[in-house]
Amino acid sequence: MSTTQLENLAAALKDVLGDKLVGLQTHFGEVTIVVRAEDIITACTNLRDNSQLRFDTLIDLCGIDYSAYGDELSARHGLRNKRFAVIYHILSVEKNYRLRIRVLAENNEFPSVDSVTEIWPTANWFEREAFDLYGIVFTGHPDLRRILTDYGFIGNPFRKDFPVTGHVEMRYDAEQKRVVYQPVTIEPREITPLVIREEHYGDCES
Amino acid sequence: MAEIRNYTMNFGPQHPAAHGVLRLVLELDGEVVKRADPHIGLLHRATEKLAENKTYLQSVPYMDRLDYVSMMVNEHAYVMAIEKLLQIEVPIRAQYIRVMFDEITRILNHLLWIGAHALDVGAMTMFLYAFREREDLMDCYEAVSGARLHAAYYRPGGVYRDLPDTMPKYQSSKIHSEKETRIRNANREGTLLDFIEDFTNRFPTYVDEYETLLTDNRIWKQRLVDIGIVSPERAKALGFTGPMLRGSGVEWDLRKKQPYEVYDRLDFDIPVGVNGDCYDRYLVRMEEFRQSNRIIKQCVDWLRKNPGPVITDNHKVAPPSRVDMKQNMEEMIHHFKLFTEGFHVPPGEAYVAVEHPKGEFGIYLVSNGANKPYRLKIRAPGFAHLAALDEMSRGHMISDVVAIIGTQDIVFGEIDR
Repeated sequence: MSTTQLENLAAALKDVLGDKLVGLQTHFGEVTIVVRAEDIITACTNLRDNSQLRFDTLIDLCGIDYSAYGDELSARHGLRNKRFAVIYHILSVEKNYRLRIRVLAENNEFPSVDSVTEIWPTANWFEREAFDLYGIVFTGHPDLRRILTDYGFIGNPFRKDFPVTGHVEMRYDAEQKRVVYQPVTIEPREITPLVIREEHYGDCES
Repeated sequence: MAEIRNYTMNFGPQHPAAHGVLRLVLELDGEVVKRADPHIGLLHRATEKLAENKTYLQSVPYMDRLDYVSMMVNEHAYVMAIEKLLQIEVPIRAQYIRVMFDEITRILNHLLWIGAHALDVGAMTMFLYAFREREDLMDCYEAVSGARLHAAYYRPGGVYRDLPDTMPKYQSSKIHSEKETRIRNANREGTLLDFIEDFTNRFPTYVDEYETLLTDNRIWKQRLVDIGIVSPERAKALGFTGPMLRGSGVEWDLRKKQPYEVYDRLDFDIPVGVNGDCYDRYLVRMEEFRQSNRIIKQCVDWLRKNPGPVITDNHKVAPPSRVDMKQNMEEMIHHFKLFTEGFHVPPGEAYVAVEHPKGEFGIYLVSNGANKPYRLKIRAPGFAHLAALDEMSRGHMISDVVAIIGTQDIVFGEIDR
């Protein structure tokens, strides 16, 4: 988006959302706003219906687990020990705006956010996906079932504490003549270790 | 009076018209669909989780395997997201190559779509015609990357290597005589660009052939006209993008509205539908064949005239040349670090969307400064489209469900991820 468009969008957002707007950042030509979990329904309705904005399409909705994000970054984003967040990417076809909304779920043990299926029907499956993968409960969702994982799957696989190998594996048991589940036999291994460099690593000056 | 109850029928996961592993639970009143409940996830590979455990470069081939009929466009969104976070410039020649291959991929995707869609509806010939052309385009993939499908050709900072000067050629064998092979190789004697140009000259005639077979075909129209009508407002609310949205008459194309790479320098038109039914979406995609062909032509012209680098010279991101790597200590260190540890992406988050043949394909990338992504979310266009299957097929006959699946251009690699 061009600079004038970004400024217009930021001004319109401040105007429309008022005190519901907790944070607003612009980076790489993308606007991110933070909204409290209890305000999400009113905020989204305003964003969709206001004639300055007209965010008529929900492009994407996803969960995120900030538990391994790093203390400094968490502080910079104002996470305050909150683990789960829901990220909405919305688009205004009419005004050609894009917007990212971040909503932090209040409870780390039982994260829940209000469902936006009433506002954008496309949220239905996206919320089911976030529920499936992160265990975020969307209150008011008409049909909150697992979507991507297997029938009868246990756990939330995209949480940072869930191993990549999973907990169970499946094999055919010749004696019982059926497929059985058993604990995984794969040794966890990491080929390329995760490395985070401190800032200005390898700079020649100073 | 006999008691009448609705049937619940299971469609798939193994069904020729399910385009992969779709399981549909259909509630039927006679032959009329009352409710359709798609069960997905049978091809779920947790690409996003795997990407969190791989370096940025190692995840490029995973992108090919998302929507496995439009491989390079998936890579494009991914590398653009990394480039946005790294704030690196891509050489202009690489941008043209990417755009050219995006459009080649669009034709590849639409060819598979028209073949499969027509086959589902009952026209066998289309499938054979479409695969004849796909063969030529996959040879282009092979020429640049060595792979016919999963190319891994786009890299952060550019493309893996410049366009080759030769095309792979057929060899004579017991069933193909030398003379026949010479004829088959006639358009492969020059460079890749010559071959692509030859293809763009032939292709409009092929599209005319498809249209003579289908556009006014009575059976084709009976199966598609007024099936799965979606109004423009509803299409936006349901999260439709790409040809699905344009078929409903909304003029929305990221290549025009939010241009990336060099699309703003190219001349092409955006077709839109009127009624929002399956037939309009068919017409939109047919026109996209011609427009993509136009774009490829312009790219070929430009690429002929303007040689240059195709990948950034920032060796923190892109590998140095082999010669430099063998002779220069610093370049050797770069090479070693790049392929053992990978490059680091500064903390931040970015969402990048490209106009995928199926709609808006987006990558939401969150980095915490490590050599691996913190979170990668893939926004697959097919996911939103399939979610609307229930609404689109309600009240239609069971055979129309097949036409609607076909018009949505469903590929499970991207929906299940």
